[in-house]
Amino acid sequence: MSLRATARIAAGADGSLPVLESDGPLALRRTRAAVPGWARVTVVGAMSAPLGGDRLAIETEVRERARLRVDSAAATLALPGRTADPADYELRLRVGPDGVLRWLPEQLVSAHGSDLRVRTTVELAATARLVLREEQVLGRHGEPPGTLVSRLTVRRAGRPLLDQELAYGPGAPGGWDGGAVLAGHRATGQLLVVDPAYGAGPPAARPLGEHAVLTPLAGPAVLVTAVAPDALALRRVLDAALDELAPEPAGSGCTAQRIPHSGYGFGKETRVRNDEMAPLAKGSPEHVNT
Amino acid sequence: MHLDHGHSHHGAVSADAHRPDGTRRALRIGLGGPVGSGKTATVAALCRQLRDTLSLAVVTNDIYTREDAEFLLREAVLPPERIRAVETGACPHTAIRDDISANLEAVEELEDAVGPLDLILVESGGDNLTATFSKGLVDAQVFVIDVAGGDDIPRKGGPGVTTADLLVVNKTDLAPHVGSDLGRMARDAAEQRGELPVAFTSLRSAEGVGPVAEWVRERLAAWTAAPAPTA
Amino acid sequence: MARLTTRSALLVLADGRFPAGGHAHSGGAEAAVKAGRIRDAADLEAFCLGRLHTVGLTAAGLAAAAALGLDPYELDAAADARTPSPALRTAARRLGRQLMRAARAAWPDPELDALAAAFPGGAHQPVVLGAAARAAGLGPEDAAHCAAYETVGGPATAVVRLLGLDPYRATAVLARLAPVMDEVAARAATAAHGGVDALPAASAPLLDITAEQHAAWPVRLFAS
Repeated sequence: MSLRATARIAAGADGSLPVLESDGPLALRRTRAAVPGWARVTVVGAMSAPLGGDRLAIETEVRERARLRVDSAAATLALPGRTADPADYELRLRVGPDGVLRWLPEQLVSAHGSDLRVRTTVELAATARLVLREEQVLGRHGEPPGTLVSRLTVRRAGRPLLDQELAYGPGAPGGWDGGAVLAGHRATGQLLVVDPAYGAGPPAARPLGEHAVLTPLAGPAVLVTAVAPDALALRRVLDAALDELAPEPAGSGCTAQRIPHSGYGFGKETRVRNDEMAPLAKGSPEHVNT
Repeated sequence: MHLDHGHSHHGAVSADAHRPDGTRRALRIGLGGPVGSGKTATVAALCRQLRDTLSLAVVTNDIYTREDAEFLLREAVLPPERIRAVETGACPHTAIRDDISANLEAVEELEDAVGPLDLILVESGGDNLTATFSKGLVDAQVFVIDVAGGDDIPRKGGPGVTTADLLVVNKTDLAPHVGSDLGRMARDAAEQRGELPVAFTSLRSAEGVGPVAEWVRERLAAWTAAPAPTA
Repeated sequence: MARLTTRSALLVLADGRFPAGGHAHSGGAEAAVKAGRIRDAADLEAFCLGRLHTVGLTAAGLAAAAALGLDPYELDAAADARTPSPALRTAARRLGRQLMRAARAAWPDPELDALAAAFPGGAHQPVVLGAAARAAGLGPEDAAHCAAYETVGGPATAVVRLLGLDPYRATAVLARLAPVMDEVAARAATAAHGGVDALPAASAPLLDITAEQHAAWPVRLFAS
């Protein structure tokens, strides 16, 4: 059975969450944000199971002057479904004037045999700020990857700021594992920081080690692009960049909650987590729309 | 298309003697020749001789980017903003003859950045005897050979030796040591080149580049004396 | 309105001897050779295949859209958004300006003049390529073919120079990739008919990462 589900989040300026709608496997929880004025939402367990044929979406709206952090309790595991159709996962993010969104989910793991299309669309007001992390892991430990096509489109004040699509796996066009694209690396990711304050002069481009780079975009934004042998090494690079470019707001409980082994030590441990959470996804038919 | 259809000359015609604002552009002189013949040393010596009286700049075309540019920077013959290096994709002769677009970009950017300029020297990467500059890139070219490369080079000819506007035979001080016959080189060059001039130089002294500098001044005088530009 | 399609004009535009600066760019191959990711013809083929399906498709889409006559400002902004590496944005604009110079000499055209005036520092090369194709009487699929071919022709030539790779093997790589180039060009042209928002944005993380490293090398043979 394939699912259709759309979860919705809206954050208000006073730290409120006027909309917080879970749907089917997409269970949202308000979690504690230590800094007053911030709201925090954690996508729990069920996010970890887009199966073939599923059509999942999360719509997030950060209203004027609102500050929101969204994270997830565990890595998202794309799994093969009963149908040959790919799974669709759509993330629609909007940040209004002077709003701030920190979108810091755990990794997306493309399990062998899976086929997932991710579409992330971000609409930013000219004065909005964004921190967005994306990490893709090519298969669980020791298995060949599934197929992933993931596109990230960011528009700021209606103008394109970043538009990128990554494709890998047996269903992707050829050459993705060659010397131009991933060259045998099993994890890749990006950290995007958009801040109107960069308008005065974003940090200059520089390599972050041999397999990552920090690049100022053609707009007030910086992108860190990295490839790595595994998710752990990838996270290390992106965390260092995050701490430098956009550290957690002072006094925020978010930093303390970055549990070193929950997300990116996704080997055996996380597979267990996903197994535990899988029944959550499949066993909540009352939330399933189709 | 939501474009302004206003006419622009910018970068349209490579050999155009005018800048986009209608003023006369700088004279461009190319310096080519085999590896090790002393092109970069000649450029450096020319800069030292001419920089007090002329506004000049240099474009280098290295096999390995920046090596020659960095020599010129180290020697401080010109301020760094007057020296540009062009990458040549391992084919320096292509960049000065077959596809001159990167060099044209470099000379125009120099004029925009530090201009107005009187003179731009375009140095080719060390190449072989057949490498010459396109007329779309330079107004005149100098071919630099040296006595140590063998006194039969003028006799062998080749486009550089026969057609360059000035042939420079460099390192004359070495002639006795390498057994090169300067008289023979001069006779062979005259036979190959007819009326075209030849200069014998030794850059061991500061004045050694004098004949080349003199020739450059003459070319520049002719360039500026040409009919006034009409935009 | 229908423009004559002239196959020979496409050959002129796509010819490696077309003086538009491409010979000094390796398309990331110089960095890949140094990193040991290209050692032989098989590596070159994988590298080129990856380029074709990523930056090749993206460039082909932009070129096709420009050849169709879509708004060059929007296309140039779309190209910026698809090029996170400032070294590659600089290279693309520089190559765009170099191509513009050659194109205006080859196919004088008021639209090219206007594009040159609008982007004095150079528009992104694929946008100029599409405009040049349009001025030459070519269509969007022609422009896309040209972009796709350039995507792999540059690295193949560069690797011949960098590794001393047998030129016959390098040419055989290009010949084997010809059907993929056709496919990429067709996809790009189809997408271009859907407007700017429908254009492909396929990207290659390692090309972005190594472009900045390469740009910082003190000594290199190729500009990118």
